[in-house]
Amino acid sequence: MSAHVSRPEEFFITTEPYYQPVADEVALFEAAYHNQLPLLLKGPTGCGKTRFMEYMAWRLQRPLITVSCHDDLTASDLVGRYLISGGETVWVDGPLARAVRAGAICYLDEVVEARKDTTVVIHPLADDRRILPLEKRGEQLAAGPEFCLTISYNPGYQSVLKSLKPSTRQRFVALEFDYPEPELEARIIVHESGLTAELARQLVKFAGMTRNLKGNGLEEGASTRLLVHGAKLMAAGIPAVGACRAAIAQSLTDDPEMLAAIDELSSSLF
Amino acid sequence: MATPPLTQPQLEAILDQALDVELSFRNTEGPAQRLARLPRTEQELVLELVRRLASTHVELGYQIAEQAPQALAAMDERGLTSWALHAADVYDRVGLRPALLAIREVERFLREGAERAAGVVLEEEGRVLLPFLNGLEGRRLQIEQGEEPWTDTEVLYLPAVVAHLPSREENFLIYKVMVTQLWAQVRYGTFRAALPTALAASPTPERLLGLFQACEETRLGARLARELPGLQRDLTHLRQRLAVAPPSAAWQTFTAPLQQADASAEDSLLLACSAALHLVPPAPAVWCGRLQFDAARDRMAARVEREKALFRLHLANLLEEMRQKGALLEHEPRFTTRQRDDTPESLELILDEIAVPLPAGVRRLASSILLDLSAIPPDYLVPAGPGEYDPKLYREEQPDLDNLWEGTYHEIGAHLYDEWDYQRRHYRKRWCAVRERTLNPVHNDFVALTLARHGPLIRQLRRTFEGLRGEDKVLKRQAEGEEIDFDALVESLADHHDGRELSDRLYAHRQRLERNIAVAFLVDMSGSTRGWINDAEREALLLLCEALESLGDRYAVYGFSGQTRKRCEIYPVKRFDEPYDAAVQGRISAIAPQDYTRMGFAIRHMIQLLRQQEVRTRLLVTLSDGKPDDYSDYRGEYGIEDTRQALIEAKRAGIHPFCITLDREGSEYLSHMYGAVNWVLVDEVRKLPLKVADIYRRLTT
Ligand SMILES: Nc1ncnc2c1ncn2[C@@H]1O[C@H](COP(=O)(O)OP(=O)(O)O)[C@@H](O)[C@H]1O
Ligand SMILES: [Mg+2]
Repeated sequence: MSAHVSRPEEFFITTEPYYQPVADEVALFEAAYHNQLPLLLKGPTGCGKTRFMEYMAWRLQRPLITVSCHDDLTASDLVGRYLISGGETVWVDGPLARAVRAGAICYLDEVVEARKDTTVVIHPLADDRRILPLEKRGEQLAAGPEFCLTISYNPGYQSVLKSLKPSTRQRFVALEFDYPEPELEARIIVHESGLTAELARQLVKFAGMTRNLKGNGLEEGASTRLLVHGAKLMAAGIPAVGACRAAIAQSLTDDPEMLAAIDELSSSLF
Repeated sequence: MATPPLTQPQLEAILDQALDVELSFRNTEGPAQRLARLPRTEQELVLELVRRLASTHVELGYQIAEQAPQALAAMDERGLTSWALHAADVYDRVGLRPALLAIREVERFLREGAERAAGVVLEEEGRVLLPFLNGLEGRRLQIEQGEEPWTDTEVLYLPAVVAHLPSREENFLIYKVMVTQLWAQVRYGTFRAALPTALAASPTPERLLGLFQACEETRLGARLARELPGLQRDLTHLRQRLAVAPPSAAWQTFTAPLQQADASAEDSLLLACSAALHLVPPAPAVWCGRLQFDAARDRMAARVEREKALFRLHLANLLEEMRQKGALLEHEPRFTTRQRDDTPESLELILDEIAVPLPAGVRRLASSILLDLSAIPPDYLVPAGPGEYDPKLYREEQPDLDNLWEGTYHEIGAHLYDEWDYQRRHYRKRWCAVRERTLNPVHNDFVALTLARHGPLIRQLRRTFEGLRGEDKVLKRQAEGEEIDFDALVESLADHHDGRELSDRLYAHRQRLERNIAVAFLVDMSGSTRGWINDAEREALLLLCEALESLGDRYAVYGFSGQTRKRCEIYPVKRFDEPYDAAVQGRISAIAPQDYTRMGFAIRHMIQLLRQQEVRTRLLVTLSDGKPDDYSDYRGEYGIEDTRQALIEAKRAGIHPFCITLDREGSEYLSHMYGAVNWVLVDEVRKLPLKVADIYRRLTT
């Protein structure tokens, strides 16, 4: 099981991450932050949420602690546990406790993936109490004004099991993310990959085609992240159709006919 | 060494038998003579196809025998098989005459002088062409088979086979080009031009139509070259392979204005009207069919009205939703729109100066409207009033079930499921029209009486089921966990003291053994259940629900019956997400015998429903009193084989199917359909819920 437990990394971000604001999300985040309101980032995977968090952490000059949630993530994984060291039991903070103590920004990515009981431990942190109970130690950590809790959530998953409980989501200020506008998305691709603007625009158009297929053979269309991957291959000299297939189509489906159709789409464009 | 070919008399005898000549009076001498010249493997293939198609209709089999030798000159064996099965599908859909035409299409390529070609068939390539088409922006279009390429703005009609060039790849490209041409007509507004008026006013309407069509081909060609530059490679290649001459210099000069990025269909029309008498338009390419303007206009007119009503209804819903969320709206909120360019993606809906996000469904609708009208007209932006709900406009389906028998209306508003034809060894495509029908709850004394009579049994069942329920279990000596396992710790420290290795498995992990199960019960409501069987079913269902409530699994109950493939009916008694309440009890009381037992569609429908349940284990339990059966075509082996095929599909989808039967004579066909262990015979109603408990224990613990 230990293989699944991700070790969150704590860091101050010293150089400005590249982030293209899409709407008023930067101002909203700052306003929520200064009012000590927790945030919920809604949006499909690969649309820039993580990058946005890195950028905000840099802007606000706070360390960023990111936890990728998964279905084995327990409350102790977040809060902390006793470990045995040199014959004695030692308490070790989990990432959430560390973030509270350090006045960091804690980002719980894809929070619905965690077990239901896990999400409950963040409740007292997410309302005006702003405390984290460490039950096993009989201790309560009070969060300082710099601490910020942010969770992300992909509403695209249709399943009832993977939706956020109202009691959880109602504590958060929600920021909605989506793939950037075509022009902006192309600019991001150019910046991240060094591909020409012309080809980047074509890639964005290709992404639109796969997004048209969402719910019609594909669960999701190509994300900005996948486009960046494709663009990097193209910038490295791989022909467009092959790059689209390897970096994008293959990540979206295994169905041979769908793959063939996506190939036809990219070969119509490039 | 290859087996020698069959001789003409041998072939004649086989064909006579396959085609039942004693009754059908067909002369098999000619086909036998031609078949005799083929190598043995090809003969076998043709005979096989003849048998398979003759099981559907003797004439189809005969025509295959007639045409196959010629067809084999144009296609490989794979193409031949697809072509024959395609003809069978056409027969299913639209009848014998079109099917015979589909068979004869092969003659047409031969006349057109194609070399020995690896033709491609729509039936196969459609599986790639349709998602390809769906990926292109705009209205969601369908693909169907037609004589030549054309579109009515909702469906693209494509020929059944393309065999203009020798390789499969190139023939596929021709299909692809057809699809993009027709898509471009819809996307770039060909049908918005006032062609009908111009034709009516023209002294030479045929010529005008030809000119307009050629102008549009030029305009759309230029547009496509900009939008889908990669496609130009394919086009250039195809033009070269098919030796298509480039348009004359005169034509190029004449149509130069249509190369502009903003040229419209109206520009094409104006230009066509102004053409000098001696100007000859280029001949249409093979991938350009004829515009069927009237059909497109009719479709468009019906759609415009429907979509307007729908759009206004959506706006009303949007307002309602915002009000419910507590948004403060002006007394009379005003909608407007904003558009950056002519792409549907750039459309923004503005409510009192604030942009409102469009739900995906509304965006799709809006983009369809934009294709017809290029903007959202102001009268579309008035939300529908409370009295304006006319379901006829909002739905394409006309749920007047009595009329469903007529024409193709049987398909409207239905789920269409394939059905397995064991003789053809091939699915009949979209064959069964399945609808969910409402069962109106009946509130009589059935529920109270049954519960009273079976009180002790219900308590027993509850206990049994509670025993199956998941409980928390503490796993000790884990490497990770929420709690320290102190026993392990003490032991380990002691070990450590003695110089032994320190174990790291010192935690206790509380594991919730969740029952992660969804079960669908499918109840036979055919006429044969009349009387005590129906009573037994209803009682058993009631007891079952009572027991399942104590278990906490997700479950659903559906009844099914029907008559012929056009009226396959599913009656929801309890949906997965519905609580077990008085309404459900009322619907159980209302279960009454209906028509026949066409079974495959019901299983396929359950597969769809179970698939949507996010659980580890999916169960499908069928309660039935006998063999699958329907009015005429589902009797005997056909029905059994289709049901079996549907169950195989279920297993492939990760569903465990079970059958509980009341048919004492069922062992043979049930073992064939479900497998020997996956059914039980119950001869007493009392045992029915108990048997289900058995199945549960077997499968879920
Ligand atoms: N607005 C943006 N500005 C800069 N880069 C972006 C933006 N949106 C997406 N990207 C690119 O897409 C990639 C994936 O985004 P990421 O933040 O990991 O997505 P998410 O966290 O939403 O799954 C980033 O690494 C970056 O290259
Ligand atoms: Mg991420």
